[in-house]
Amino acid sequence: MKKTINILVALVIVAGLFSCNNSESTSNNQGALSSSAAEKVYVAPGELDEYYAFISGGFSGQLAVYGLPSGRLFKVIPVFSQDAEKAWGYNEETKPMLNTSHGFIPWDDSHHPDISQTNGELDGRWIFINGNNTPRIAKIDLTTFETTEIIEVPNSAGNHSSSFVTENTEYVVAGTRFSVPVPQRDMPINEYKGNFKGALTFISVDPEEGHMDIKFQIIMPGFNYDLSHPGRGKSHGWFFFTTYNTEEAHTLMEVNSSQNDKDFIAAINWKKIEEYVNNGGGTKMPANYAHNVYDESTHTATSTMKKEVLVVNPSEVPGAVYLLPTPKSPHGCDVDPSGEYIVGNGKLSANLTIHSFTKMIDAIENEKFAGDAYGIPILNFEDVLAGVVEQPGLGPLHTEFDGKGNAYTTFFISSEVVKWKLGTWEVVDRKPTYYSVGHLMIPGGNSRKPFGKYVVAMNKITKDRYLPTGPEVTQSAQLFDITGEKMELLLDFPTIGEPHYAAGIPADIVAKNSKKLYKLEENMHPYAAKNDDETRVERNGKEVHIYMTMIRSHFSPDNIEGVKVGDKVYFHVTNLEQDYDVPHGVSMIGANTSELLIMPGQTETFVWEPKQVGVWPFYCTDFCSALHQEMQGYVRVSPASSDIELKWSLGED
Amino acid sequence: MKNLIKLSLLVIFSLTIVSCGGDDKKEKKEKVKVGKTKTTKSKKAKKEKIETTYDLSNKGIGPVKSITLGADIDQAMAVKGGEVFKSKCTACHKIGKKFIGPAPNGIFERRSPEWIMNMILNPDEMVKKDADAKALLMEYNGSPMANQNLTEEEARNVLEYFRTL
Repeated sequence: MKKTINILVALVIVAGLFSCNNSESTSNNQGALSSSAAEKVYVAPGELDEYYAFISGGFSGQLAVYGLPSGRLFKVIPVFSQDAEKAWGYNEETKPMLNTSHGFIPWDDSHHPDISQTNGELDGRWIFINGNNTPRIAKIDLTTFETTEIIEVPNSAGNHSSSFVTENTEYVVAGTRFSVPVPQRDMPINEYKGNFKGALTFISVDPEEGHMDIKFQIIMPGFNYDLSHPGRGKSHGWFFFTTYNTEEAHTLMEVNSSQNDKDFIAAINWKKIEEYVNNGGGTKMPANYAHNVYDESTHTATSTMKKEVLVVNPSEVPGAVYLLPTPKSPHGCDVDPSGEYIVGNGKLSANLTIHSFTKMIDAIENEKFAGDAYGIPILNFEDVLAGVVEQPGLGPLHTEFDGKGNAYTTFFISSEVVKWKLGTWEVVDRKPTYYSVGHLMIPGGNSRKPFGKYVVAMNKITKDRYLPTGPEVTQSAQLFDITGEKMELLLDFPTIGEPHYAAGIPADIVAKNSKKLYKLEENMHPYAAKNDDETRVERNGKEVHIYMTMIRSHFSPDNIEGVKVGDKVYFHVTNLEQDYDVPHGVSMIGANTSELLIMPGQTETFVWEPKQVGVWPFYCTDFCSALHQEMQGYVRVSPASSDIELKWSLGED
Repeated sequence: MKNLIKLSLLVIFSLTIVSCGGDDKKEKKEKVKVGKTKTTKSKKAKKEKIETTYDLSNKGIGPVKSITLGADIDQAMAVKGGEVFKSKCTACHKIGKKFIGPAPNGIFERRSPEWIMNMILNPDEMVKKDADAKALLMEYNGSPMANQNLTEEEARNVLEYFRTL
């Protein structure tokens, strides 16, 4: 018996050795590969990345900025969620940015960043991103990497087929995922069919300042509008939206909205509708939505409630909207760089469907309709079909293009990226992802001019790919080199929140415009103290306004007396530095808010309502200089009944 | 035994303190100031300490190589320079008073015009490489001269303003 055990053990060891050898030889192979992979992603200390990647934070509500190929995280831009680190939504200046028709909302679910374009190419001026939950579109200025505008979208719910731009950023588009009563009203849910509507919103973008304004909303049938992309080149002037739940189900959706073999891609001729509304078409409908604008000269946001929106019923504008049958519950709706091919990534379909823009126009001109849905003509599937990629994988979600005739599609269920050829529809290569990939991104992949060097795949699940961190583990992005015939996995890197979607751009387009500081002479903040003479403390009833400055390494004033319990104390703090990368922070003991992090030349405000008598310190929170630890001050708080006069000073005994 | 080690460590430690402070009686005096309010006497003592010889041939390091000051003060430039000084410099420099940094009056007795402009325009390199700027950084407790990104013209105007002080 013992012997047997011995032999068994020996066998196991031998087997173990063999398998070790095997794994060694494979890992040797990988070793050779991974050493070249390491070289490809290694950005030496002091060197800069080649691309910016803007990856949405999903349920974090923010937008993260990474470098490619290194995968290094540079900044998390606060957009829809409060960020205590940067005082976004905490300081008095940015609170209005999170105002909505539902009041102040401290969070959202950010999904699809898209970079502004000129002539169908990335121009790197702004990046737009949608808030999915309480429908909003944000604009981020790529000179400051700050959110400078947020517009709420009325008549929308689950703002998902958003925020994609047209070829010259004429519009940023926001489509509703969930159809709802339009206008909202009290009605039985089971009367959904025929009564609920889906609003597709075209928000015009001012070419100079980028200001957003809702130009019109198309009130579509009560389907779910999942994703969208603009036409470009020959199809410029059109916009394409995937739909699902054409069943118009309202319960047990995973079954009830997966009944139809084909749903639709809705093709919208927005130029035609634009012309219609420019000639007085459409109906002005009462609405209530917030438009929040951050002014860079006052460093302050204002929120305006808008009371009206222009709606267009598609039946009013013949020839503007068509439905292209597309199997089955399509997710991504992707247009190739030439504008000819429209890919419907039918997530429950075995095949990938590609429509032809030319054939679509031909079918429309010949009025070859298969029927209509609520008066909108439906084209024949066969008439518009360019081709099919046969059984490339399971659960296609999203396709991007490299500009060299190849397309790259993610497959969620089979967890892979598949490369295929436009025109011949043949599969060229496939690579697994780790795990359950959602969307992918090639810099410029949604434009006329992709930069086909890398593809970034964004994964929903990572399981064993990183050190465990309890039940909640990171989500991730994976970088592939796509310069060769075969894709090569180069790098895994963790991401913030859920990386739904991304936009990438060559660094040299953006970096040269990046602002270094705010000029003091351009600071128009009403409470700025722009030099030492302007520092002061003023009382207005129970409100106390402190006009404070900061520079390495002191606050002015730094001793303040005459504040009383029950006062509302506004710290208006101006950073007098005029040098790159010298921010200061400030925080006050017991203030029910975040710190401020103030860039050179900028003014920010926080409110402190002292509740206890005493002498309370405040200090600089951002290590600014060798004397950072000395950068502090005191506020004396006296009883409410006290008659101590306001007094402030710096450097006096 | 343990106590002995502790004791000897303490002795060594206090010796070090004594030897460090031993050379300068004034510094030693300041050390025992903890807990006491300031007296006017110590202020006078400080003033005496600043007596040094200045190297007016040192032009510093930076973009300004040579400056010729006019025989008369250019009032227009001085007014402009005064405005710049007020908005960009008064957080740390007060006239007639040592503050975060030195007072600008009498600066031409201490520094060359080129040195002054280079210190305004190129402070980061100056405090690293220029002997006088390094000494100033130490004298002012490591408080750095901030680069306020003045243009050369603005710095020149500030220089003219300094001549009026």
